[in-house]
Amino acid sequence: MTQRRSYQVGTGLFILLGFTALAYLATQTTSVANFSQGDSYLLKARFTNIGQLKLRAPVKLAGVRIGSVESIALDPVKLEAQVQISVDKRYHQLPDDSSAAIFTSGLLGDQYVGIQPGGSPDMFKDGDEFVLTQSSMQLEDLIGKFLVNGSPPQKPANGDVPPAADAGKPAAPPTDTNKH
Amino acid sequence: MSAVRKEPSRIADALAQVGACGLFLFQILGAIPKSLRHIKETLRQIWFVGAMSLVIIMTCGLFVGMVLGLQLYYVLSIFGGTAALGTVVSLSLYRELGPVVTALLFAGRAGTSITAAIGLMRATDQLSAMEMMAVDPLAYVAAPRFLAGIIAMPLLACVFNALGIFGAHLIGVSWLGLDNGTFWSNMTSSVDVWKDVINGVWKSTAFGAVVALIAVFQGYTTPPTSEGVAYATTRTVVFSSIVVLALDFVMTAFLM
Repeated sequence: MTQRRSYQVGTGLFILLGFTALAYLATQTTSVANFSQGDSYLLKARFTNIGQLKLRAPVKLAGVRIGSVESIALDPVKLEAQVQISVDKRYHQLPDDSSAAIFTSGLLGDQYVGIQPGGSPDMFKDGDEFVLTQSSMQLEDLIGKFLVNGSPPQKPANGDVPPAADAGKPAAPPTDTNKH
Repeated sequence: MSAVRKEPSRIADALAQVGACGLFLFQILGAIPKSLRHIKETLRQIWFVGAMSLVIIMTCGLFVGMVLGLQLYYVLSIFGGTAALGTVVSLSLYRELGPVVTALLFAGRAGTSITAAIGLMRATDQLSAMEMMAVDPLAYVAAPRFLAGIIAMPLLACVFNALGIFGAHLIGVSWLGLDNGTFWSNMTSSVDVWKDVINGVWKSTAFGAVVALIAVFQGYTTPPTSEGVAYATTRTVVFSSIVVLALDFVMTAFLM
């Protein structure tokens, strides 16, 4: 009889252990772990290109996660991506002239929304929109610009690239690109 | 001459075995309602095939995770992507290695003991004795073990995965000096509950059913000799391994 009881207790413990492991895997190692626990407020941002930004992607300030991407939609009139991000209520002191940009974590990493705090005395409120945004960097565009802008004498010939677009971009070292 | 004549009959034998195994599955499924009356027997079998396999599953999970941590760290460092170690380890564990390696270990640890136990019952005429006493051996012997395999396998696979992640964390973070936050945040941002974790659970459930079915079938149909039981045990491991790996390919193609 005692042996039979020990079976049942052991079986119960085993099943419990299995489900604990499953619960641990499902909640601690997956995107479920990224759901913010407390209250949050929504902010909007418009980007001309969001790249590979995904739902529930992290929102970071100074590298610290403060929220996640809530929804991604295309504005049918302005033809821009409209991204809603939810920010943890603990971080309610974001200046309303902060800017949002889409970055890639590492070379192979996922994309996330990075926030640069501004200096305004007024803070963001629920539903506010970022005035300053910077779209995700498209590797293909960058390579294209490097190839086009690399050799300065040929610049006028390739008139299809507006000069303003490449003003802020670092040009490739001339020694490197003259070989092309 | 005799070899040529033997070949078709061997193929026919193999086909007949597959067919008999399929029919046996339906017999077991039919006996499951009746076996629910012996629910304690099922619990006892979960203890035997599940809880008793925990030690080997946990040890192997830990070592597989540690090896994955080392190997993938080396490969990823070539591309400068060691930050993705947690992601790669967890995805490969959840999607492939966890269910498959657990199923192979399960076939070796639990499948063989199921086959040997039922095979000995067959060899010593205990199954016939049960029929004589109007106890359906399908409901009392076969179905509980089959159910126990289905229930125990996903749980074992989850334990395996958890230990694997722990092992990879041990190697990556504690030994190779990867940042703890990077390890977890990259993992949590790319692993999905349904697509990765739950798909792995489905896979391991199917593997558990297949391994348990083959083990019970081999034991049930073994020739009633000591040699027959020995062969049946071997066949359980061989067939389960082949079917698990083949089924893994098919399920991966469908669940992707």
